[in-house]
Amino acid sequence: MTSSLLVYLIALPLAGAAILLAAGKRSNSWGHLLGTATSAASFGVGAYLFTQMLGRATSDRAIEQRLFSWIAVGKFQVDAGLLLDQLSICFVLLITGVGTLIHIYSIAYMSHDHDRRRFFAYLNLFIAAMLLLVLGNSYLNLYVGWEGVGLASYLLIGFWNQKPTYAAAAKKAFVMNRIGDMGLSFAIMIAFATFGTVSFAGVKEHAHHASSTALTAMGIMLLVAAAGKSAQFPLQAWLGDAMAGPTPVSALIHAATMVTAGVYLITRSNFVFDAAPNAQLAVAIIGAITLLFGALVGTAKDDIKKALAASTMSQIGYMILGTGLGAAGYAFAIMHLLTHGFFKAGMFLGAGSVMHGMDDEVNMRKYGGLAKFMPITAVTFGFGYLAIIGVPPFAGFYSKDKIIEVALNAGGARGILLGGAALLGAAITAFYMTRVVILTFAGAKRWDAKAHPHESPVLMWLPMAILAIGSITSGYFFSRGDALRNWLAPVVEHGHVEEQELLSPEVTSLLALGLVLIGVAIAVLKYRREVADTAPTNVSIFTKIARRDLLQDDFNEAVFMRPGQAITSGLVSVDEKVIDGAVRGVGAMTLGSGSAIRTTQNGYVRSYAAAILIGAILLIGAIWVVVQ
Amino acid sequence: MISLALEVGKVQTPEAVMFWFLAPLAVIAALGILLVKKAVHSALLMAWVMVTLAIFYIAQDALFLGIVQIVVYTGAVMMLFLFILMLVGVDSADSLTETIRGLRPIAIVAAVGFGGLLISLIGRATMGSDMTGLAGSDGANNIETLSSLLFTKYVWAFEVVSALLITAALGAMVLAHNQRTTARPTQRQLSAARFRTGSLAAAAGLPGPGVFARHNAVDVPALLPDGTAAPTSISATLKARGDVIDSKPFQLGEQIDEEE
Amino acid sequence: MDASYYLYLAALLFTIGAVGVVVRRNAIVVFMCIELMLNAANLAFVTFSRINGNLDGQVMAFFTMVVAACEVVVGLAIIVTIFRSRRSASVDDASLLKR
Repeated sequence: MTSSLLVYLIALPLAGAAILLAAGKRSNSWGHLLGTATSAASFGVGAYLFTQMLGRATSDRAIEQRLFSWIAVGKFQVDAGLLLDQLSICFVLLITGVGTLIHIYSIAYMSHDHDRRRFFAYLNLFIAAMLLLVLGNSYLNLYVGWEGVGLASYLLIGFWNQKPTYAAAAKKAFVMNRIGDMGLSFAIMIAFATFGTVSFAGVKEHAHHASSTALTAMGIMLLVAAAGKSAQFPLQAWLGDAMAGPTPVSALIHAATMVTAGVYLITRSNFVFDAAPNAQLAVAIIGAITLLFGALVGTAKDDIKKALAASTMSQIGYMILGTGLGAAGYAFAIMHLLTHGFFKAGMFLGAGSVMHGMDDEVNMRKYGGLAKFMPITAVTFGFGYLAIIGVPPFAGFYSKDKIIEVALNAGGARGILLGGAALLGAAITAFYMTRVVILTFAGAKRWDAKAHPHESPVLMWLPMAILAIGSITSGYFFSRGDALRNWLAPVVEHGHVEEQELLSPEVTSLLALGLVLIGVAIAVLKYRREVADTAPTNVSIFTKIARRDLLQDDFNEAVFMRPGQAITSGLVSVDEKVIDGAVRGVGAMTLGSGSAIRTTQNGYVRSYAAAILIGAILLIGAIWVVVQ
Repeated sequence: MISLALEVGKVQTPEAVMFWFLAPLAVIAALGILLVKKAVHSALLMAWVMVTLAIFYIAQDALFLGIVQIVVYTGAVMMLFLFILMLVGVDSADSLTETIRGLRPIAIVAAVGFGGLLISLIGRATMGSDMTGLAGSDGANNIETLSSLLFTKYVWAFEVVSALLITAALGAMVLAHNQRTTARPTQRQLSAARFRTGSLAAAAGLPGPGVFARHNAVDVPALLPDGTAAPTSISATLKARGDVIDSKPFQLGEQIDEEE
Repeated sequence: MDASYYLYLAALLFTIGAVGVVVRRNAIVVFMCIELMLNAANLAFVTFSRINGNLDGQVMAFFTMVVAACEVVVGLAIIVTIFRSRRSASVDDASLLKR
């Protein structure tokens, strides 16, 4: 089926961004309204398309729109085309829905910033790029959106680039994303070399016939791409610093949508990974490592946004783990992605609300007892908290438990290891999220005298409330009668899914709940007493390492940056001595031979005449020899 | 008509006598052009060479060319040379020391090689021993035959050469032409300049050259009342080419001293 | 004696003229030496004319004279121009090309 409406999903926010950037300061008074309106209109189109899709039979729910012939070089034909199927509609609704809420929130949050109009332009640009990412019908179209969100992310992290550290954070995110982008471009090249096409449909069609080597290579490259964009191990280091951006950006881009692009990519490429078990295992292992890595970092952070960022990393680890578990896990990974989109965005907005009331203070040790002053924020944040640690009936329970369950049932030692990691992660998640909530909203107040905590305006708490409702209910709706799984089945499940049970769902849930309770209990016991308003320094080496993000930056610096610098300076000296030397040598040689030959051109007519005479002698000599 | 070639195909004895008398003189004069210091002497020696050649032309039945040689070369061209010599200084003597290092040995070696090669080639060709001579084709009238050749067979070359001649005349005019870049000063401006620039002494006009009653040539500076030479009395051109004579010997008092 | 002695004389005069062009610095003398070379060539032409028994050589000599006249006119004009600006008739002074 085709539809001409798809392009408006992207065109509306893109036009908004273009108008806001082109109009400049003239649009200061109405820019935020236009940005919100285009985002909301895009959501409206998405919702309309969703209702249309619901009305059709399962087999023809996917709709396509061919825009124009983009690249036509010999056998390499790429159309700029859009594809809206059961998978992309989930993302479209999440991106535009949460995006619109965050636009609304930003109207109030950014009201004191004189560059608010530019902020909304970037947000619209991001929405457009992200929609292109999830709507592209080929890897190349996806790549355009992939780079677009990278650009928007860079612009928004560095939005306050008057601070050098923020500008550096933006650059760090950009550079680390480049590594992932390189992986994606390699994957596209492998796809073209192997299948002769880069469209999803074409690759899917030929995936069974291709060699396992090519598929594994492509899968690994896609994993690298996903790791870069979704802050997975070992490309995770940029996410914490990305919190330099305004909080709505952290909520939208670095929690709900962009960082989940890797999950989308792997789910979209399920036909590649299903045919390449090694690559799929690598995905699961990366996911498991990252979920523990993020969780451990989260326990040591005093900065509320960085704690939430670590938590995001960890939760995306769960999603990646889910996608690495094969056909059984895709639906739950997407489910966790959607529920996470609600509760993490809600919590980030809550953190923003707290910062808004606390004079942009981010150190949780300077909070405490804020529930009294910001009741709505506390309640909505609390719902998000209950959702993330996985307490029934909140959203996270349904999605995270399912991933743990599928991981445990992956079979053999693999299942036990992956499932065990997921269970351990759940316990640590419960611990650090409880820590965040207690430090922020409970206990005695530790803030400075000049802080005047107050509840945020309605434009800010309304989106938080809506997201909180999503945090409560979405999980139930998605899992009721396996709704989301059945919905996504045409896209991600091919043939029979074998289920082997290690533990029954009930036992798994009870086990997970028990571990969560233990985590909460430890946190409550540890932080119910007085908390110092500065971080203690006499801590164990493990805490110090965790505070340094498990040495991720030190590792990158030692392994990549220093040798890179050494190679670069080496190359510079080679360039200066060898290449420049050769060039200068040629120049000096030319100059030398020139000045040597120049002496024959001394400007004296008489020496020229002598030369002519000698030439005449040679000529006559030649004649003489001839007549001889 | 002077005809020393009494027998066709052979150089007769009177011509040989003339040749052996004039040829060494021509070579000596040619060498003299190289060796004398003054350009005006070179010009005179050159004229002599040309006259000699004219005689040789006539001896070889080229009467017209011989006359043209004398009229055009020794008459017109050498006169032109002498005019230019007057302009750049007829008395100026050249130093014959070589300034470009190594050029003179090269020139001598090259000349020996060149001349040797040419002479050996001519000797190898052995053309002169069985020559045809011009008596048969020439007839009695050299000029008529020459002119009919010029205006029939060589008319194209003749026209081209005439174009060349006109071009050369125009070229010489262009080269010698001096384009004024500023307006010629008027009498009023010159007069004002005389009073405003330099000393007032020159306002009445520059002193003329020559020592009163003793030597009034243009290359002798006038004497000032204190007995020194007046440099402004000499033309700048003469001064530039160094043709100024010291005026001291013509000073009145010293002349008396010398007489005593 | 045969007519080729005129040719030897012409070769000798030509060589002397060539040397003069190389060794003399005064532009006017250099021109005279060029004239000497042209005249030597003319002598050779006239002699060839006599040897071959036709007047073509004399016609060539005639043209050479015209060309020589042109060359003298232009060359002397150049000398005058150079002398006007450099106050010298030495060909070595007109060597600005080397700098």
